[in-house]
Amino acid sequence: MVSLKPAPAPGRVPLPKAPAGTVYRGHEGMWSWVLHRITGVAIFFFLLVHVLDTALVRISPQTYNGVIATYKNPIMGLGELFLVAAIVFHAFNGLRIILIDFWSVGTRHQRAMFWIVIALWVVTMAGFAPRQLMVIISEVAS
Amino acid sequence: MATTFDAPRTSARRGNLEKWGWIYMRASGVVLVVLIFGHLFINLVAGEGVKQVDFAFIAGKWASPFWQVWDGLMLWLALIHGGNGMRTITNDYVSNPTANKLLKGAILVAVALLIVLGTLVITTFDPCPPNAAPGTLPDFCSALTR
Ligand code: HEM
Repeated sequence: MVSLKPAPAPGRVPLPKAPAGTVYRGHEGMWSWVLHRITGVAIFFFLLVHVLDTALVRISPQTYNGVIATYKNPIMGLGELFLVAAIVFHAFNGLRIILIDFWSVGTRHQRAMFWIVIALWVVTMAGFAPRQLMVIISEVAS
Repeated sequence: MATTFDAPRTSARRGNLEKWGWIYMRASGVVLVVLIFGHLFINLVAGEGVKQVDFAFIAGKWASPFWQVWDGLMLWLALIHGGNGMRTITNDYVSNPTANKLLKGAILVAVALLIVLGTLVITTFDPCPPNAAPGTLPDFCSALTR
C-alpha cells in the first residue's frame, strides 16, 4: 500500500490521533460513495422481491391483483417514493462515476459533478414526488 | 521521492475477469438508466400512476414484443449488475473465507434463479389466461374466441 501523505519525520511532527488531512475523507467523494453503496444494496433487495411479485402474473390474474392490492396503501406509496429517490441518485451518480473514469478531466471535476448529481436529483424528485403524493392521496380518498 | 506500486496488480490466474466486471458495471449502467427511467415513467408517472398497475395493465404491455424485450433486458442487466455489485461489497466487508464464499454463493443462486424465473414469466406470458376471474383481463381478450 502506498500512502499519499509524506511520512512525518520521527519525533518532529506529532502523529494525528485520527485519520485526517486527506482530500477524500468526509468530503463529497466519500459521501457520494457511501450513498451509492447504500442505494445499490437497497435497490438490489427490492429487485429480488419485485421479480417475485411480478412472477405472480403467471399463476392467475386474480392472484397477482390480490397481492398488488395489498401494496396500494399510503405506507407502500411512501416506500415507492423512497425507492425512486434511491434509484434516481444511484443512476445519476453512476453516470458521474463513469464520467470520472472515462472523461479525460473527469477526476478534476468530480466535486462539481457531485453537486450537479444532487441538483438533477432535486429536480427529478420535485417532478416525481408531487405526482406520487397525488396518486397516494387519490387512492386514500377513493 | 518516487512512489512505486508492487507489480503485478492483477493476478494472472484470474485472467482479466475483474476488468470485464468493471466494464460491465459501466456499460450496463448506461443502458439501465434508459430502461429504468422509461419503466418508472410508464408505470408510475404516466396515466393514473402506480394505482393503474394490475394484471390487465401488464397484459397490455406484454402483449407487445417491445415491452417484453425491454423488461427482459432490464431483468438480466439489473440482476447481473446488482449481483456483481453485491459481490464487490461482500469482498470488502466479509473477510472470513467461509462466510465470504457462502454469501457470494447465495447471491449467485438468487440472481440465477430470478433470471430464469423472470425470463420464463415474460416469454411464456399469456395475456388472456383461461383461469382468469371475471373482470381481470384486458379489454382486447373479449375479442378472442377460445
Ligand atoms: C440506473 C442505472 C444504474 C447506473 C447508471 C449504475 C451505475 C453503477 C456504477 C457505475 C457502479 C460502480 C461500479 C464500480 O465501482 O466498479 C455501480 C455499483 C453498484 N450498483 Fe449500480 N447502477 C444502476 C442501477 C443499479 C441497479 C438497478 C442496482 C440493483 C439491482 C444496482 C446495484 C449496484 C450495486 C449493489 C453496486 C455496488 C456498489 C459498491 O460497490 O459500492 N445498480 N452502479
